[in-house]
Amino acid sequence: MSQLGTKKAEVDLPVRTKYEESRRQKTGVFFKKKVGWLFIIVSILAITIFNFYPMVQAFLLSFQSGMGANLEYVGLDNWRRLFGDPTFIAALTNTTIYLLIQVPLMIVLALFFSVLLNDPKLKFKSFFRIAIFLPCVTSLVAYSVVFKYLFGIDGIINQFLLNFGFISQTINFLADPFWAKVVIILAITWRWTGYNMIFYLAALQNVDKSIYEAARIDGASSFQQFFQITVPMLKPIILFTSITSTIGTLQIFDEIVNITNGGPGNATISISQYIYNLSFEYTPDFGYASTVSYVIVILVVILSIIQFRVAGEKK
Amino acid sequence: MNRLKQIFIYTFLSVAAIVSIFPFLWMLVSITNKSVDVTQGRLLPGTHLIENLKTLFATVDIVPALLNSSIIAIITTFLTLLLASLAGYGFEIHRSRGKDIVFTILLLSMMIPFAAIMIPLYRMFGSISETAPLIGIDSLGAVILPTATTAFFIFFFRQNTKMFPKDLVEAGRIDGLSEIGVFFRIYVPTMKTTYAAAAIIAFMNSWNNYLWPLVILQSPEKRTIPLLISNLGSSYSPDYGVIMSAIVIATLPTALVFFLMQKHFVAGMMGSVKG
Repeated sequence: MSQLGTKKAEVDLPVRTKYEESRRQKTGVFFKKKVGWLFIIVSILAITIFNFYPMVQAFLLSFQSGMGANLEYVGLDNWRRLFGDPTFIAALTNTTIYLLIQVPLMIVLALFFSVLLNDPKLKFKSFFRIAIFLPCVTSLVAYSVVFKYLFGIDGIINQFLLNFGFISQTINFLADPFWAKVVIILAITWRWTGYNMIFYLAALQNVDKSIYEAARIDGASSFQQFFQITVPMLKPIILFTSITSTIGTLQIFDEIVNITNGGPGNATISISQYIYNLSFEYTPDFGYASTVSYVIVILVVILSIIQFRVAGEKK
Repeated sequence: MNRLKQIFIYTFLSVAAIVSIFPFLWMLVSITNKSVDVTQGRLLPGTHLIENLKTLFATVDIVPALLNSSIIAIITTFLTLLLASLAGYGFEIHRSRGKDIVFTILLLSMMIPFAAIMIPLYRMFGSISETAPLIGIDSLGAVILPTATTAFFIFFFRQNTKMFPKDLVEAGRIDGLSEIGVFFRIYVPTMKTTYAAAAIIAFMNSWNNYLWPLVILQSPEKRTIPLLISNLGSSYSPDYGVIMSAIVIATLPTALVFFLMQKHFVAGMMGSVKG
């Protein structure tokens, strides 16, 4: 900052000696080249200290073991332990299930909504749009707690199903390994479908209306138009949202902790929750927890490479 | 056939809208009812609102939590806007090959899952707790620092800077403004909408952040709103009316921001794909 101050003062000087002038130009050139770095240096330092450095640390930790601060290098032991660890296998399986069911379900729903809402003749359009987007304003913890109560044994969903005769006795959704997963998938879908829909709606605005016009004249049905025009046109944005959603779901934590806390048993535990438990709930084992965390890193890196490849193809 | 299609479309959208809105309605109705009524599935507004709020403020430390969350969110948002816009501007206006390489490297940090770095971060803040308690474990400073600078916002500002007229920078220089002067006197006022959009997203991220505060904050009086709600939600004999009141209060700021600034809200969201 002080450097920049002096520069301004120099510019303001009305009379300069030849020596001063040449000096000013020299520092001026130097300054112009380097001043750009001043704008970014703090961010570079912060991201290095708080992102890259911990990343390296976690990698080193993944080869260490021990309780709390007493860590020692154990080579590949942690990595071997991974494959025989039933909780890790459960966490990985659950996270994969969430991914494979929730992401496609949400993307298809979001696409569907955006196509319907893009129809210029539709009435109450902005009401529908705002309603479907509304879940995005809730915090992950807040909506998770709400969902936990909605699906509780004396929750409103059970009473609704009972009153309308869909079930004859209450279902303890959150204590059942299958239903607990269903609730989590429903919750995430509720929270994020509107978010993705907004991306598709924005993309649809850029699609030339005359293409649909032509398709209709050629006798294409709504379904044909959807699959043969809309989906291909939106392909880049569909891929973008699929991959961001996948990376998000891979790291899922808030919902699991606050809806089921990983239970019943480990039926809903996610990888992130297992890492948290290993570090802060059980006897802390930072080394092994870091090993588990690197599994997420590896998965995210693979997915991101795919994303960059796809984005590259677009250009 | 066409009529059938119409009916289908409106039914489908209405169901979606009801499903989306229902939890909100239920929350709003529940804060006016007794806990017993909530568990009995009452869906009509009651008269227990004042009572619930009184109990909430008397039995739950929601005021300190609101304060903590506000302090953290405001400082984080301010730092994010300042640092990310400086960087985004620097990368775009003072573009060079070296900086482009650095930019690409910084973007890589967006791939880093938080769960992977939270343990080293926790140890890092633990190791400085003794010498710098203000940014050590269990301090608001420690919540703010790692979240204040993210590559996403640098990317966001850089993308938006592409639309900033570069002639203005030259004009400022000719008028005798320093480089930093050009930034603060010309760039910042011109980019108000970009700042607004970024502020909304940064504030929401910070206000709703759960995992990192959960890791780094320990004493109950330091708790942020999400930690408080999570805690209430896991209690064995929950008072639903009271908990719902806390949730509604926690959701109000972000809901208000959304309704008052819808355009900026969506612009902020879309920031990552534009251009």
